[in-house]
Amino acid sequence: MLRLDGATVRFGERAALDAVDLEVADHEIVCVLGPSGSGKSTLLRAVAGLQPLDRGRVLLGGADQSGVPTHRRGLGLMFQDHQLFPQRDVGGNVAFGLRMRGDGKAERAERVRELLDLVGLPGAERRSVAALSGGEQQRVALARALAPRPRLLMLDEPLGQLDRGLRERLVVELRQLFGRLGTTVLAVTHDQGEAFALADRVVVMRDGRIAQSGAPVDVWSRPATEFVARFLGFDNVVAARVSGTVADTVWGEVPVPEGSPQGERRLLVRPGGVRLVPAAEAEARGWTVESRTFRGSRVAVRLRPADGPPLEAELPLREVPEEGAGVGVAFRAEDVVVLGDDGP
Amino acid sequence: MRDLRGSAARLGLMALPVAFFGVFFAWPVASIVERGLRPDGTWRFGRIGETLSRPDILDVLGFTVWQALASTGLTLLVALPGAYVFARFDFPGKSVLRAVVTVPFVLPTVLVGTAFLALVGRGGLTDELWGLRLDTSVWAILLAHVFFNYAVVVRTVGGLWSQLDPRQEEAARVLGASRWTAWRTVTLPALVPAVSAAALMVFLFTFTSFGVVQILGGTTYSTLEAEIYRQTARLLDLPTAAVLTLVQFAAVGAILAVHARTVRRRETALRLVPPERTARRPRGAGQWALLGGVLLSVALLILLPLGVLVERSFAGPQGYGLGYYRALGSLDESGTFLVPPLEAIGNSLRYAVAATGIAVLIGGLAAAALTRRAGRLVRGFDALLMLPLGVSAVTVGFGFLITLDEPPFDLRASWILVPLAQALVGVPFVVRTMLPVLRAVDERLREAAAVLGASPWRAWREVDLPLVRRALLIAAGFAFAVSLGEFGATVFIARPDSPTLPVAVARLLGRPGELNYGQAMALSTILMVVCAVSLLLLERLRTDRTSGEF
Repeated sequence: MLRLDGATVRFGERAALDAVDLEVADHEIVCVLGPSGSGKSTLLRAVAGLQPLDRGRVLLGGADQSGVPTHRRGLGLMFQDHQLFPQRDVGGNVAFGLRMRGDGKAERAERVRELLDLVGLPGAERRSVAALSGGEQQRVALARALAPRPRLLMLDEPLGQLDRGLRERLVVELRQLFGRLGTTVLAVTHDQGEAFALADRVVVMRDGRIAQSGAPVDVWSRPATEFVARFLGFDNVVAARVSGTVADTVWGEVPVPEGSPQGERRLLVRPGGVRLVPAAEAEARGWTVESRTFRGSRVAVRLRPADGPPLEAELPLREVPEEGAGVGVAFRAEDVVVLGDDGP
Repeated sequence: MRDLRGSAARLGLMALPVAFFGVFFAWPVASIVERGLRPDGTWRFGRIGETLSRPDILDVLGFTVWQALASTGLTLLVALPGAYVFARFDFPGKSVLRAVVTVPFVLPTVLVGTAFLALVGRGGLTDELWGLRLDTSVWAILLAHVFFNYAVVVRTVGGLWSQLDPRQEEAARVLGASRWTAWRTVTLPALVPAVSAAALMVFLFTFTSFGVVQILGGTTYSTLEAEIYRQTARLLDLPTAAVLTLVQFAAVGAILAVHARTVRRRETALRLVPPERTARRPRGAGQWALLGGVLLSVALLILLPLGVLVERSFAGPQGYGLGYYRALGSLDESGTFLVPPLEAIGNSLRYAVAATGIAVLIGGLAAAALTRRAGRLVRGFDALLMLPLGVSAVTVGFGFLITLDEPPFDLRASWILVPLAQALVGVPFVVRTMLPVLRAVDERLREAAAVLGASPWRAWREVDLPLVRRALLIAAGFAFAVSLGEFGATVFIARPDSPTLPVAVARLLGRPGELNYGQAMALSTILMVVCAVSLLLLERLRTDRTSGEF
């Protein structure tokens, strides 16, 4: 459906998009994930034709879009802060795209009713958008974007402004809705939880380039680089010398999966892969329990070695040691990832 | 109990402004009207009808409305592209240009009239180059009005435009609207209230135009205000002047009422963003051409007249020199002046300082009273404060002369008369500048200060004053500029031996001869420099956020 070929956008010296190649298949939900300033919003604006490309191409359904103005591209875009038209009521907002297309009055009313039903706001046509709650605004914005049946729906931080509870509920609803309608979706967000819950495929961006692309489970379990690992919230990254299935680190010897890259590398240890063992069993390396953070049935424990950076471990509630206790540490090879280079 | 004390405090704050307006505004205006309509102890309202059916008066009325409409339309036509460019484009020198287009608004009307005379009048630049003279046509007046009010549109419309989120238009574009449709369906509706507010302000200012018409209108064109002056000062026909004053009063009241409603409607729920986020470099040939066109119109319309004025002030019969300036320092034989015209500088500055003090005191108290929640009484007070903006200054000046000449207010011989009249015109500006800032001070800050042991006076000094100090300075700058340029009232009450700069310029222009003309140019240039210096100080202090409505 959508293909980007070496898409490049420069703001002065800085490249907001740097030769990005990306494909989105029909009915696929792709989520672009990255910190602010990574170029993800520029990506959406470039696809929509709101931001001219300095180099490269955008193709929709195989057709080059250069020279096609925004309003002829047949896309849907949901803005971060919705951008509902304050002078129009809910119905007027949802019908806007239909009016632009030249639909008749009865046809429009029917479609508006259908969409408001779909997003769970039946009968809200005459309400003022100023009187809507954040969640309701989000639903109206979604209805407005979906109304003209866009071939590709783009979402810019779709749930960014809502509180966490509502966000977690809505992201599930959204995924089910898109699945039912067969909508092709390109979303961008900085929130990993949102991206992984929504997407069929996740694309991590950094400084205008794609750092990693893959199914949510793959990206989550095998971050490609230290940047991706840290962006996903993993802090247990150390320098290591890998030889065979063992890596030598400041935390001691750490087992790595077979087939890992060899030599001087960076190493990720997922907190779930850290086990505590009685202090005597471990090597002559003293670990102290520095702090504990309770997260439901799991506890994040921060361990301080005699020497080197702290290590985070995630333990079941019943295995949690006292603060200040001396412990030993062992690692599970399947939770250790040898990271690739971050690139230039 | 608390409420009682609150309204007592408010009445206390309002007392002085109300008394001021009563004595120096309502009374003089009422006296004029009374003299006109009750010459021998009985009211003769029939005179209103008689006067309004006279063909010459109908002509004046018709021309006043027609030129105000034409000026408003022309101003919008020229200034709306400017508003767009200022709101949406980012280009080098933008802040300088913003200052340049703001200058005209506070320039004295007489000075602007003189500048356009130098540009398109007899012996003016276009006359010399192409033999083109516009001072006999209505175009000179219209152009001078555009010159004045360009900033009103750019500030009012551009200010809002720069804060409209451009993504609203983008949202419409993605939904299938072309660039034009997106602007028409999304941006235009959001701008309409601001455009109509600006248009009403321009209409008001041009409807009551005096100095410009006096200088550029010749004997052919006369607005209501100029006609009131002619009837009182030249023909001593008080009844006609009184009727015209009432007509102008009613018209201004109606315009202000519509304006107040428009402004209130403007406050509907628009989503505003910081202007820094919406401006960007022009893209493509069309946008650069638009920017170029706006720069060119600013250069031709604003810089050129002022430039020609300065040039003319140096261009003596024997080539460039300071001849006209030197002549200003001495008395000529014609008897136009009792003192060397140069003394007008000192007079103007002295009067302006006094007028600024009065205007800030009265306006500040009034704004403080208006800050508290608005009731009907307060709203009426608010409207009252705006009236001097549009009520005939000529009437006020003449009214001063006939009312303030006997005890308890025997001020006719006192120099304070001039600053009092000028302050009257300055007060609305002070109130409009101070009010938004004062209203923005959070009541809870004062409460916090009170809980920490500050008395109400102390709380005002420690909390309010630091926050409003800048606005206060800006308001003072406005009052100063207004008083420097005030002409309609001052021309009546300034004593012959102490004219202000605009009065002296008008007197020079009223005399024939090249020397008088050149001296008028030179004195206008001096007036411009004085205004420009005070404006530069003002622009340094101001940011758009605290600027209120002007």
